[in-house]
Amino acid sequence: MNIANILARKGSMAVTVLPEQSIREALALLALHNIGALVAVQGEHPVGILSERDIVREAARNEGFLARTVADLMTRNVITGQPHDDLLTVAHTMTERRIRHLPVVDQDRLIGMVSIGDVVKAQRDHYQGEVDTLQTQLLAGEGGLAH
Amino acid sequence: MRVAIIGAGPTGFYAADHLLNHLEVVVEVDMFDRLPTPYGLVRLGVAPDHQKIKFVTNAFDKVAASSRFRFYGGVDFGKDVTLADLRAHYHQIVYCTGAQTDRRMGIPGEDLSGSHPATEFVAWYNGHPDYRDCAFDLSQESVAVVGVGNVAVDVVRILCRTPEELATTDIADYALEALRKSRVKEVYLLGRRGPAQAAFTNPEVKELGELADADITAIPQEIELDPLSRAAVERSQDRATLKKVEILRQYARRAPTGKSRRLVLRFLVSPVELIVDDAGRVAAMRLVRNELYATSTGALQPRATDRFEELPVGLVFRSVGYRGVPLPGVPFNESWGVILNDKGRVLDPATKQPVVGEYTAGWIKRGPTGVIGTNKPDAAETVECMFEDLARGAVLEPARPDAAAAEALVRQRQPSYVSYADWLKLNAIEVARGRAQGRPRVKLTSVEEMLAALGR
Repeated sequence: MNIANILARKGSMAVTVLPEQSIREALALLALHNIGALVAVQGEHPVGILSERDIVREAARNEGFLARTVADLMTRNVITGQPHDDLLTVAHTMTERRIRHLPVVDQDRLIGMVSIGDVVKAQRDHYQGEVDTLQTQLLAGEGGLAH
Repeated sequence: MRVAIIGAGPTGFYAADHLLNHLEVVVEVDMFDRLPTPYGLVRLGVAPDHQKIKFVTNAFDKVAASSRFRFYGGVDFGKDVTLADLRAHYHQIVYCTGAQTDRRMGIPGEDLSGSHPATEFVAWYNGHPDYRDCAFDLSQESVAVVGVGNVAVDVVRILCRTPEELATTDIADYALEALRKSRVKEVYLLGRRGPAQAAFTNPEVKELGELADADITAIPQEIELDPLSRAAVERSQDRATLKKVEILRQYARRAPTGKSRRLVLRFLVSPVELIVDDAGRVAAMRLVRNELYATSTGALQPRATDRFEELPVGLVFRSVGYRGVPLPGVPFNESWGVILNDKGRVLDPATKQPVVGEYTAGWIKRGPTGVIGTNKPDAAETVECMFEDLARGAVLEPARPDAAAAEALVRQRQPSYVSYADWLKLNAIEVARGRAQGRPRVKLTSVEEMLAALGR
């Protein structure tokens, strides 16, 4: 299973913001889409990621945080995924580096975003499916012997 | 509530099961398939020498036994019944049509005679009515199978099995006869990445080492992990991968034991061209050696080097991925080869808002990945959306939402449709034919044959 399989069943693209937009505007976007992070883009190229954490941290020390810009608070050096990256590795990297949102790029163009929740759910479904398949075979095997 | 399910594969049955077992809402399910037989790839994809996997059909038969379930086999969506027809008879429609076409390698010579999609070979040996007349040149001595997923592994295994091994399975009779005459001696399985990234599972790779009359081998240099793979395996301590690499190392060390066929596992190679002979057939495959690089998440991907080699092969099967086929009138996501959806709700391409009453599940929803059972939680997610929408009143308003009207429609459009009771009769006939030969079943492989067996 890879990132593409997650993006395939997510209708929405990544929600983007421009680096020069204000945190006030960014918060409105986060609330509107009920999400935890925005990708800052220049054209179609991701230049940073702004998470709710980044905003909370700033809010705790600066009451004027709403007027600051996305560029002020965003994390640069974004780790991005590619559609063919396998989920096992992606899950490992996201957990180890404490990344909750991974923008996905294809030839440097932003094509979507996966969250750690998406990855965990996909892995859970994958394992659940394997267990179910094995169980069915075992039970059917026993049934077969009884005949 | 009345629901139409398009596609009678595992996902269709899992969706039906979740729908029929809802505690509060009484749901009636009509399941359509363009083929007369149910079970989709469990019947026509799963390898004939893997009968245990096919036991899952017992669970599907239980679902079909519900008095609120009907099967309309041999009824083609878009041709025999249209979306407009379904909207007039059902509150909700779920597309579970799977990934029906293979991805192309995109290299020169791909369409030469002797080069085939692996899925065609699979459908052929499994007795798929649309593929029973395919022909594969099994007089060739060397065959390459491109890809290391479970389809590729099935194909090499079937090519390496002896007629005696195959004769106890439910492989199609004509395929058994053709494979009996096979002159194949060398079979190459080609992976573009290294052994640690190979998609095949450990039981699958072990099985390849236990074939009655085929020696397995691998090239030691290709099995030794490169530094990036070694670091990744050490970091994750993933036991399955460690075990896989160990099994492959053993294969690389094995001395040939004089069996009549040889199966060669190759890694870190990609075909770049199929070379033609004077008769316009495949004569060889040009391969490039790959090296691995890490993407920013740490996933390892192949990159071509400038080292090439030529592999003389007369038959090529490609198994480099699959994609869904668009359904008439249903929004499609070309990037991923799936129906455009959000958690199974079909989306309008213009507004990205859900289309009322239309849903999708399985491979046509998320792409071809996972085992059969992976489609169960996937179908559950879709069905959850369906009940949520029902509770909000966001369902279709069919003019004739009753079972009799739907049946009358199908009867008018496709008088020779196959019901589940009909299928159970066909099943009994196949099993009886098999019993005489000590096989699980002998399949009926053409629609005419099936209808004749039903006395039509």
